[in-house]
Amino acid sequence: MKVSVQTQDFDAGAEMRALSRDPKVGAVASFVGVVREVAMTLEHYPGMTEKALERIVAEAKGRWQVMDCTVIHRYGELAPTDQIVLVVVASAHRGDAFGACEFIMDYLKTQAPFWKKEAAGWVEARASDDQAAERWSGLPGTRKLG
Amino acid sequence: MKVKVLYFAALREQLGTPGEEIELPAGVGTVAALRSHLRGRGGAWELALAETRLVRMAVNQDMAPPTAVLKAGDEVAFFPPVTGG
Repeated sequence: MKVSVQTQDFDAGAEMRALSRDPKVGAVASFVGVVREVAMTLEHYPGMTEKALERIVAEAKGRWQVMDCTVIHRYGELAPTDQIVLVVVASAHRGDAFGACEFIMDYLKTQAPFWKKEAAGWVEARASDDQAAERWSGLPGTRKLG
Repeated sequence: MKVKVLYFAALREQLGTPGEEIELPAGVGTVAALRSHLRGRGGAWELALAETRLVRMAVNQDMAPPTAVLKAGDEVAFFPPVTGG
């Protein structure tokens, strides 16, 4: 398991290959978040951020068969097309890899202490992010459709 | 009883400080009570921490409900809803 909060860019391909080396791994799912259209500054809460991400990963491991996982989130100055966040999950089968990857992103959006600021001001939190996280609140590993 | 209080993002800018040490007055024993105590400073504090504003709180770097009880040496943080990812 690897959680990193950093200013420097990451190599998603290299991170995915690093999680594919175990011969028991049959599925590697990943998500990359990218800065869309407008430059921004990302602030975070050093200490709590890492703790929150580790907790989210632990929660995902309790719900899906996760063999390994990498979460990288950048902070500081970011320009359009820059990568912001990477989640990679390695599992034996795709269902676990997809599920855990999506869950980690949804929880990260509402639980990890990051804040985006654009030239126009601080970005407002969206209710749709809360709803995305809430749909996981049923039984472990289950997902409400809708 | 002293606690460390941190402010982040828009709250930090509105309050003009990243944080402070606060000696809690008698009767201020929860996160909600601390928020109310800070609001009592008036001005930007009253506005930024108003009950109508969405403010998230953490105690010792874990998200905490308003009812969370404070103890000496705790690190309390106030911040807007998060917008990472």
